[in-house]
Amino acid sequence: MLGYTLRRVAGTIPVLFMVSLLIFALVQFAPGDPVDMLVSDEATEEVRLAIRSAWGLDQPVYVQYLTFLKNAVMGDFGQSFRYREPVMDLILQRLPASLELAIYSTLLAVGIGLPLGVWAASRPNSFIDTIGSIGGFFGISLPNFWLGILLILLFAGTFNLLPSGGRETWGLNVERVTGFLTIDSIIAGRWDALWDALRHLALPVVVLGTNMTGIIMQITRASVLENLQEDYVMTARAKGMSGRVVLWRHAFRNALIAVITIIGLEFGTLISGAIIVETVFAWPGIGYLLLQGISFRDFPLITGLVLVYTTMFVLINLAIDMIYTVVDPRIRLG
Amino acid sequence: MVRSSKTRQLAQALKSPKGAFSLVVIGLLLLAATFAPLIAPFDPNRQDLMLAMTPPQLTGPHFLGTDHVGRDMMSRIIYGSRVSLLIAVAVVLFSGVVGVTLGVTSGYYGGRVDSIIQKFLEVVWAFPPLLLAISIVAFLGQGLGILIVALASQRWIPYCRLARAEALTLREREFVSAARSLGASDSRILRTHILPNLIQSALIVATFAMATAIIAESSLSFLGLGVPASTPTWGGMLSDARAYISTSWWMALFPGLCIFCTVLAINLLGDVLRTHLDPRLSRA
Repeated sequence: MLGYTLRRVAGTIPVLFMVSLLIFALVQFAPGDPVDMLVSDEATEEVRLAIRSAWGLDQPVYVQYLTFLKNAVMGDFGQSFRYREPVMDLILQRLPASLELAIYSTLLAVGIGLPLGVWAASRPNSFIDTIGSIGGFFGISLPNFWLGILLILLFAGTFNLLPSGGRETWGLNVERVTGFLTIDSIIAGRWDALWDALRHLALPVVVLGTNMTGIIMQITRASVLENLQEDYVMTARAKGMSGRVVLWRHAFRNALIAVITIIGLEFGTLISGAIIVETVFAWPGIGYLLLQGISFRDFPLITGLVLVYTTMFVLINLAIDMIYTVVDPRIRLG
Repeated sequence: MVRSSKTRQLAQALKSPKGAFSLVVIGLLLLAATFAPLIAPFDPNRQDLMLAMTPPQLTGPHFLGTDHVGRDMMSRIIYGSRVSLLIAVAVVLFSGVVGVTLGVTSGYYGGRVDSIIQKFLEVVWAFPPLLLAISIVAFLGQGLGILIVALASQRWIPYCRLARAEALTLREREFVSAARSLGASDSRILRTHILPNLIQSALIVATFAMATAIIAESSLSFLGLGVPASTPTWGGMLSDARAYISTSWWMALFPGLCIFCTVLAINLLGDVLRTHLDPRLSRA
């Protein structure tokens, strides 16, 4: 198991290396001179040259890449053009907000999608199944930014129940320990802050989780149904096991493999969905940061964020592969 | 014989509520996009600040209301269908051609060609969906061509996987070795024996790719990363609507409803096609 894990981890290194090369190439092909973003329009040629050498832009391309790669491996993506702060610091400040949003959305999607999928599979073609199948199609066809806007319109506008954006009400000042506001409020014993954090989380979590709920439900239903038709289920029934035991202990457990794969794949969709949802709700996470970086053509910031996102995605998929081997002992470690 | 009964089954399936809904919506959309200048009551870009934010009127000239600078919503939505369809079709065709070509090459020739293509695929697949597209637009700038390339940047992969798998199995089949021993060239074998066997499955992949391409295009337009803002797009209209959400609900409701219905119709069509053409094929 250890050998397999190490081999898999090592296997991701060339992929991440190629990813960095691809991003670097994109930056090189970008039109315009990066110096324009660093100096004012009236800067003299001397100033421009000085800036160029200070940022290493006068070096040959391959030297620039090697420097970039060396620093990136150490977690140093350089200074943001706009904020004049290290990119990594900016990312780390905002990462907990994004993770908190993503984790609650996943919990919501799994918590609703999984049981609904099993329920629908246990009564195929019933009323529940039809409703579920329609709901599943709605879930994958709803553009999340539109759902977000509609919910803001209803819950923040018309009913005035929930905040329309942001992460916390200004001035609550909960001491930051984990960066997760819900957990930090509990640690500090501040129930008002916890309630405030949950109110801010409600709409973005629902919006981000909807799409994933639909997909998890569809996949769960399909794979449980498939397993219910297998011989071993028939055997279990013939032995006189109750329907519920057959459903949960046999069909559901075997269907879990497909469901875990989908949860892993959907994490990518969750990441890109979060970029949009954070923008809609002005959620101070790394997705919102990315969009701000793009509008200011802040190349070091964009590069750093794309690399961080992709690394997270690759590592999550790696983790999913590891989980397989635990859930399904039939998978040989090759 | 088998084929004709299959076709009949498909025709039957398209008459089911699912199939009928999707055909009607897609038909309306095609009509709107094709005849936009004839149907649209106003010039989609004509501003009239005196009429800004007129609510929908059942009998007045602005049936779906006007936006924050007084442009007619109905006309913008009709013209917006052109952008959505045009980009989605272009993206699906472009990624289909690239994906099938790479996949067939990979599976048919194998060896080093295969491993290079598969390595490339693995790297592109390592990006979370949409992030590569966002990066391409962010670095290279906005424009129709770049947008199509950006949206196709990961969409060729399902085609490539499918084509590779088919080419791998077909390569060993008797009719292919027979053609080879009769002296048929590689390109002839690929064209006459391998490609035709791929078309059905590629069509299903294309339908779902179309649905995700429309969502992705409108997401990018919403983020201000799509086609230039002067062109009316559904995503761009929603982006405008955000600032006026408390006063003008119609600006947010109608363009989103169009995206939703279009994507829903295409997804349902894909489901009907998948069930009747190839039940084995999983979601692409």
